[in-house]
Amino acid sequence: MCKEKITGADILMRSLKCEGVKTIFGYPGGSIMPVFDALYGYTRGENRTFDHVLVRHEQAAVHAAQGYARVSGDVGVCLVTSGPGATNTLTGVADAMMDSTPIVVIAGQVGVDALGTDAFQEVDLVGVAQPISKWSYQIRRAEDVAWAVSRAFYIARSGRPGPVVLDFTKNAQIAAAQYLPVKVDSVRGYVAYPMLDKRQVARAAEIINNARKPLALVGQGVELGNAHNELTEFLEKADIPAARTLLGLSALPSEHPLNVGMLGMHGNYAPNIKEQECDVLIAIGMRFSDRVTCNLATYARQAKIIHLDIDSSEIDKNVMTDVAVVADCKVSLPAITRLLRKNSHREWRESFMPLYDMEYEKVIRPATLPESGPLLMAEVVNAVALATQGDAVLVTDVGQNQMFASRYFKYGKKRSMVSSGGLGTMGFGLPAAIGATFGAQDRTVCMFCGDGGFQMSIQELGTIMERQAPVKMILMNNNYLGNVRQWQDMFFDGRRSFTSMLNPMYCDIAKAYGIPYGVVTDRAVLHAEIDRMLSVKGPFLLECAVKEEDNIMPMTPPGKSVDEMMLEI
Amino acid sequence: MDTLYTLLVYSENLAGILNQITAVFTRRQVNIESLNVSASSIEGVHKYTITAWSTEDQIKKITKQIEKKIDVIKADYYTDDQLFIREVGIYKLSTPEVMNNPEISRIIRKADARIIEVNPTFCSVIMSGITDEITGLYYALDKFNCLLQYTRSGRIAITRSTVEEVSDFLKKQEENTTGHGDR
Repeated sequence: MCKEKITGADILMRSLKCEGVKTIFGYPGGSIMPVFDALYGYTRGENRTFDHVLVRHEQAAVHAAQGYARVSGDVGVCLVTSGPGATNTLTGVADAMMDSTPIVVIAGQVGVDALGTDAFQEVDLVGVAQPISKWSYQIRRAEDVAWAVSRAFYIARSGRPGPVVLDFTKNAQIAAAQYLPVKVDSVRGYVAYPMLDKRQVARAAEIINNARKPLALVGQGVELGNAHNELTEFLEKADIPAARTLLGLSALPSEHPLNVGMLGMHGNYAPNIKEQECDVLIAIGMRFSDRVTCNLATYARQAKIIHLDIDSSEIDKNVMTDVAVVADCKVSLPAITRLLRKNSHREWRESFMPLYDMEYEKVIRPATLPESGPLLMAEVVNAVALATQGDAVLVTDVGQNQMFASRYFKYGKKRSMVSSGGLGTMGFGLPAAIGATFGAQDRTVCMFCGDGGFQMSIQELGTIMERQAPVKMILMNNNYLGNVRQWQDMFFDGRRSFTSMLNPMYCDIAKAYGIPYGVVTDRAVLHAEIDRMLSVKGPFLLECAVKEEDNIMPMTPPGKSVDEMMLEI
Repeated sequence: MDTLYTLLVYSENLAGILNQITAVFTRRQVNIESLNVSASSIEGVHKYTITAWSTEDQIKKITKQIEKKIDVIKADYYTDDQLFIREVGIYKLSTPEVMNNPEISRIIRKADARIIEVNPTFCSVIMSGITDEITGLYYALDKFNCLLQYTRSGRIAITRSTVEEVSDFLKKQEENTTGHGDR
């Protein structure tokens, strides 16, 4: 036990060490200077404890922390100053809340005496962060630092994970207090891991045992609960075809025989059609997002719905359930599996095949293996997927690039999918990929983005340069904000309101940052350039000049039912 | 069809919780009809009594979202028949008008209201009851053109249930967790 008094900033360092933090993404500023001063001693020499990654914009710090958390399963940490530094993180906080990502944002704040005086760089961070974070707290005394940090990490990583914001007043950073290590492992108003209800487990098992056409919907909950084996045992015992949500894509390997594709507006055709035909729908760690259900009023009306989720507020939120099993799926899945009969649904499973074949002929083959015409986004993703063989981590930006990348990438390992699903944050990809390279240092990180999203975080090339973060950037440049352009063409009479973009010379930008660069305008060199990108140690920017007016298909138009999905326009 | 629901919410005594609770209503554009906040019978625990017109489906979701807040200990929704309910009305009347019209005093007595202060200018009347009783007295007095001021409190309520949900929940939490580190 340490009897001497140290500063609040030093207590923060010791508390972060105590939580096992290794990497911090941050940006210094006035109100967080005492913390950065303490950090100085913890990032060099014998006492080196943390690797601090200096980003170029605070929003990138939080997205990098998200990318780090998503691939590693650890809490991502982000350190910024007050006022604009703090508000710049809010998009990432909201994003992490939507996508259940465990991060802790530590922001400086003016001293307690200056609070409420409209002091320089003062903003009511807790007030604005509360509705978009799992927990927000203002640390006003050095004595509270150890407790607040431990509580923050416990809340961020337990139950349904999420973002926590700590607003660290300057006086608390400077004041001295004794450091008494704290390990919070429960909060009385908060049930992180609900007790499994055995009756619901039995009811779920009975319905699944009697199902003729069961369909499982696999979400990110399986990844967050680290329940990959439990999932495959469950699926295999009862022989249930499984579709994955966007964020659940790497919860089940692409090559698993029971995988029937991706859900959602631009997902695969078969699972979308079959959602309207199955007799039992088993949702596992997913939240029935509107991108998945499309028209709720007609969604899976014929099916009995079983919903497994750790968050009871998700039950009956969008889709009314017949049986809800509220628990960690690491616990609920094996409990249900034990009560399942070994079963076979061969005929039902095989009924997905003709639909897959239709999609393959009408969409997948023409998109991934075109013989002539301009380069296509799907073709690029498919080529990268072939070259990486299911070993790489996929990071996407938002828009058409995200849908093409998620559809055509191959997922062989868990925690391989990083994308802004709920909030749909353009500019997420590049910084999240930086974070992913720190969170999964032994893996290849492939980041797909469009010319729009790339420029929203383009300053992070500076971070990549400085740290030589080995991000394989695949810029699919179509000189358009492609997804909005597609919607304008489909639903706004082709009035392309501000969706075409004049682009800079990306080769010159790459050169300015000293980042190796390649360009593909002709498909003849696509594979060779991808191989070059993957063989280069460190970062690489591969610009692919893709078809300007490509559409992401299939698509369920807004307001339509999942089975009204269109294979072609 | 909208029904008047009463939410009973229990929270830790930390700054900003009321804000978090009301934000759940704001986000869904549901108006709070009345709100009362006070210490509860459990030490360190605050109690919020909130009424709102809503559908059951909506109020259920609102309740779950409120309970999801880390420092909210418990949130439940009730209909009027599940609660003992009280509100308070205070009426400031013109003394000359009251003196002029004996019917006013009769109405006050009949309503079981109490006169708590009298001076030559005004007299103050207080009554507790359910909403209809308090507004009923208001309308009755208003007819005589004697009202100077009128105010009605938010609702306070306790459950008619024989189960003490909050204490039981806290007890269960204490048994199931170490409670280590948190304060």
